[in-house]
Amino acid sequence: MEKLQTTLESTLQSVDHAEELVMLEAGKAGFDEDGQHQIGMAVRECAVNAVVHGNRYNKNKKVHLDVERTATGITVVIGDEGEGFDVNSIADPLAPENLLKQSGRGLLLIRAFMDEFDMHPRPGGGTEVRLVKNLASE
Amino acid sequence: MSVKLTTRQVGDVTVVDAAGRITLGEGASVFRDTIRDLVAKGNKKLLINLSEVSYIDSSGIGEMVSGFTTVTNGGGQLKLVGLSKRVKDLLQITKLYTVFEAFDDETVAVGSFK
Repeated sequence: MEKLQTTLESTLQSVDHAEELVMLEAGKAGFDEDGQHQIGMAVRECAVNAVVHGNRYNKNKKVHLDVERTATGITVVIGDEGEGFDVNSIADPLAPENLLKQSGRGLLLIRAFMDEFDMHPRPGGGTEVRLVKNLASE
Repeated sequence: MSVKLTTRQVGDVTVVDAAGRITLGEGASVFRDTIRDLVAKGNKKLLINLSEVSYIDSSGIGEMVSGFTTVTNGGGQLKLVGLSKRVKDLLQITKLYTVFEAFDDETVAVGSFK
């Protein structure tokens, strides 16, 4: 088992960095190019949520990224220091009346690309998401 | 690399060749500004060539949907050509294949405009 922990600024550069870092770890874990792409995209969407909707680009708030490689796959935890988030407040992006809405598809993509997705309050404040992708699912 | 957009005219169809990443930030805003500018100049038949686009995130998808709405509300048409498997997968997951008319071949795509 290999673990990596890092703290990132609330910027879009951090989103790119988180995506690149996790894709690299996914490659080391044994995921092929498509698997790495899916994991990277899920992480990107979560990191955008943390920076934009959670921390609202606040320079005093950080994004916390934990990546764990295991024999069976990869687990990624991304936390923000925002005001919290109600996942049920997101309208179903697949409903006909929402298809032409500009936003609201991030969680849909995350769920499509990962095997497990869990969102919960972060200890100490903010929101934390946990993503798991298994090598067997490739 | 962010997205690079160049336009060319094929008959009365404006083809927008996109290359790079259409993601939150510069990529998505460049895409939005380009489409709005083309519509403002009276272009009503837009074909977005995505064959050199390596990556689109949910913000990029949102800008494509917004562009589609802007063009169609103005009485025009916006279609797609040259989608990679990954972009096709995104349209499947988001059900946007029911919204966008997409083609593999540019000549066929250009000929489909009314």
